Amino acid sequence: MEKLYKFLKYTFIILWTVFIVAPFLWAISTSFKDFQSVNSKVTYIPWLDFEPTLEGWRVLVKSPARGGVDIVEPYFNSLFVTCTASLISIVLGTLAAYALSRFTFKAGFVRNNDITFFFISQRIMPPIVLSIPFFIFLSTIGLLDSLIGLVVVYIVLLMPIAVWIMVDFFNRVPKELDETALIDGCNPYQAFYKVVLPNSIPGLIVAGMFCIIFGWIDFFFAFILTFTEVQLLPVKVVALNSSITPWWSLSASALISVAPLIIVAFVVERYLSKGNLSGALK
Amino acid sequence: MNFKHKYVFLFPGLFVLIGILIFPIIFTIRLSLSGWNSYTPEMNFIGITNYIRLFTDDPRFWESFFRLSFLSVTTVILQYIIGFALALIVWREIKFKRFFRVIFLIPMMTTPVIMTVIWRTFFHESLGPVNDLLGNLGVEPILWLSDPVIAKFTVIIVEVWQWTPFMFLLLLAGLLSLPKEPFLAAAIDGASPFRKFVYVTFPLMAPISIGAIIIRLIEASKIMDTVFVLTSGGPGTATETSSFYIYIKGLREFQMGYAATLSFTYLVIMIISLTIIAKVLTKLMIKE
Repeated sequence: MEKLYKFLKYTFIILWTVFIVAPFLWAISTSFKDFQSVNSKVTYIPWLDFEPTLEGWRVLVKSPARGGVDIVEPYFNSLFVTCTASLISIVLGTLAAYALSRFTFKAGFVRNNDITFFFISQRIMPPIVLSIPFFIFLSTIGLLDSLIGLVVVYIVLLMPIAVWIMVDFFNRVPKELDETALIDGCNPYQAFYKVVLPNSIPGLIVAGMFCIIFGWIDFFFAFILTFTEVQLLPVKVVALNSSITPWWSLSASALISVAPLIIVAFVVERYLSKGNLSGALK
Repeated sequence: MNFKHKYVFLFPGLFVLIGILIFPIIFTIRLSLSGWNSYTPEMNFIGITNYIRLFTDDPRFWESFFRLSFLSVTTVILQYIIGFALALIVWREIKFKRFFRVIFLIPMMTTPVIMTVIWRTFFHESLGPVNDLLGNLGVEPILWLSDPVIAKFTVIIVEVWQWTPFMFLLLLAGLLSLPKEPFLAAAIDGASPFRKFVYVTFPLMAPISIGAIIIRLIEASKIMDTVFVLTSGGPGTATETSSFYIYIKGLREFQMGYAATLSFTYLVIMIISLTIIAKVLTKLMIKE
């Protein structure tokens, strides 16, 4: 019985691992192929099944005029929009979360929980519902197809995440901490900045990582609110998909686009194993 | 503590969010009462004509809505079962624990649309590896993307791949934060692993499970990226979800007024149904 259970357990996680890794392996293999090895029959292993070439990867560094794919600019656009929006969301979200965790608000029937729910419920909003008014709004004020316009929209996407994680986190930071600081003569801002904040680094890191993940992987807003001036990475790669781009350069650009965030998986795991995340995510 | 300070903390975030959102929401409601389209791109007032059209003469929207419900509920159930199983396995000591934890997290860090671009080549019906490998086993080529029924399952497979890690992460973080005492007590009583799960782990995890399921349902109801790249809602309308249909009406056919009607109705339905689901789940899983 014990043995059977162990066998099932390992079979399950190994199968799941294969499932997770399969598309990556396929993409890596495809990125080294050429026309012959994609279109004649399905091939898998370089050297054994087909002769690998670097053509797919070379396209990424060529200039667009010479048949290359310009991925550097979208890369930096994505990086800029994600980081700016995450930073603003974290700062504003953390302040609001601190207020919601420490003070009581009353306005008519509205209580703390309702305000927290208002923040978090913004995630319910389907992107499409917002994108049509934003489309008209941004084009009226001339920010359609611009980085600033995207940052504004991404704040709506990311602030709920920051508030959600930080409220739970602050609820776990003992209240005595700020009370002692206040007795020692700090004003409320100093108490927050000098005492509570330094004790909230793990929460801030988790919130930051989640904002970066959800900012980086967004496609829809970027797709609708930008055209030619500004292109974000996901939009660029999807545009490649619909054009006549061959599979090998498609795979190479896809791989290079998802690579940076995979590092985040290692960071998340580290925090998980140290037990810091359990408090922040519940 | 002084009365004023709390507003200094709360208001910047609250007002920025309200400031960004207030216009779109009011505008959507107003737009839904207009006949804005590519012929008359102006904010005229046509009353509730659009709403009458939606409720009496637009089966395609309701079909897309039920399809969306089917897709999101199915994927979230699968994600919950698989994610919980994975989390339980790597919660305890096993070989290469940290390696597996990292691997199980990776898909949620990857951009859905970009991975879907790869999935498209993966499920390609003549040049993709899936049909080729199955072909070696003597299976006839499967129409992953062009059969109306199978295409739905292809979307589900991709969604499960993409988002099970999120469920896994929330549930594992929950498991790691559970108190130790109930497990010790169960161990002293000599409970079998199965009974331990049913009487200790699962009840303790109920609140966390509800949170995780609701968060995933909210996110899953927005399925759009995957469908957009994988099948473009096709074949026909076989994988068209509400968001995708609104997108077609609004930004392809430029029936902005009608699209706003769809958006607003959809939003109201979502808020009501998610609230009901949250209430029902809480009742089902937490027995007082």
